[in-house]
Amino acid sequence: MSRHLTSKAGLGRFRLFSFLCLAFLILAVSQPGISIAQVDTFEFETQEQQKRFRALSDELRCPMCQNTSLSGSTGGVAEDLRREVHRMIMEGMSDEQIEQFMYERYGDFIFYKPRLKPETILLWFGPLLFFLSGAIVLVGIWRKAKRMDAEPVVVTGESKSRLDALIAEHGRSKAAAENPNE
Amino acid sequence: MSRSFAFLPVAAFVVLALVMWRGLYLDSKELPSMLIDKPMPAFDLTTVDGNSVTKDSLPSEPFLLNVWGSYCLPCLVEHPTFMRLSESGEIPIVGVNYRDQKALALNWLEENGNPYVFSILDEPGRFGIDLGVYGAPETYLVDSEGVIRYRHVSVLDETVWREVFEPAIAELRAEEAE
Repeated sequence: MSRHLTSKAGLGRFRLFSFLCLAFLILAVSQPGISIAQVDTFEFETQEQQKRFRALSDELRCPMCQNTSLSGSTGGVAEDLRREVHRMIMEGMSDEQIEQFMYERYGDFIFYKPRLKPETILLWFGPLLFFLSGAIVLVGIWRKAKRMDAEPVVVTGESKSRLDALIAEHGRSKAAAENPNE
Repeated sequence: MSRSFAFLPVAAFVVLALVMWRGLYLDSKELPSMLIDKPMPAFDLTTVDGNSVTKDSLPSEPFLLNVWGSYCLPCLVEHPTFMRLSESGEIPIVGVNYRDQKALALNWLEENGNPYVFSILDEPGRFGIDLGVYGAPETYLVDSEGVIRYRHVSVLDETVWREVFEPAIAELRAEEAE
């Protein structure tokens, strides 16, 4: 690598490469936040209403396109649902009421954060379950290793004579290496 | 540490692999409808021909409710099945013209044939939201009381008709005859 860096072209290539790496990292880290919001011309009376609209259309999932929120989707049904969210906000409905409206029609799927109930327990706590089982295995291995370290190693019989022979051999070759002239 | 403990990771791997294997064959598009066994939502709209329709205009026997649009290519694929069903009088079909334009809808029916008793005009897609529609085509089986019994997402071709709808309709009719 260092030889490449001495040439000018190599340095340019390396810079481009590191720039691409950086761009990739930024993209990877910011992925969940990326949402190319669709431009609608909705009007609001207060900033609060506009904020709620943004939050709701980011939290609700487009039923047709599955992996985009209402705010990021060009799908027909997403457009209709954004209009409905706007209407309900302007009519003074609470976030809970709007979420209930969506739930009655589209079910748990509409929420990026599904409600906690028997059908969704695995979805909510599955990752924790995986984490815990991993931790248990890790602790088991660690404790076993520690116990093995604590036990003195006893070598007897044939193993002992082989071990003694090996140590003697090692001592001889070491002495030979230190005094090569002898 | 006991020997059996060493098999734990293998067991965990097998369980995980089985779950994921199953996941490969799950159809993520087949979402359960929230309206199964619930009455059809009320409406006060017009048909594409301009007649006013409400829930009372619906057939008083089991019928199909088909969500369609002139822009929808898969609707053309399932259209011959609906034409055959309406010609043989097997089951009445009510259309929901979803997110379309009236003129285009009328033109489409003229060109391809009209298998529908009537088509409810839903230009803004508002009735579609009440039904929990994601996009055309979708087909619902509704009983004589106006209760939604089944929903099929995407094309209803002859295979789906034979394997899903025919038995479901037979069962529903038997249940209603009792």
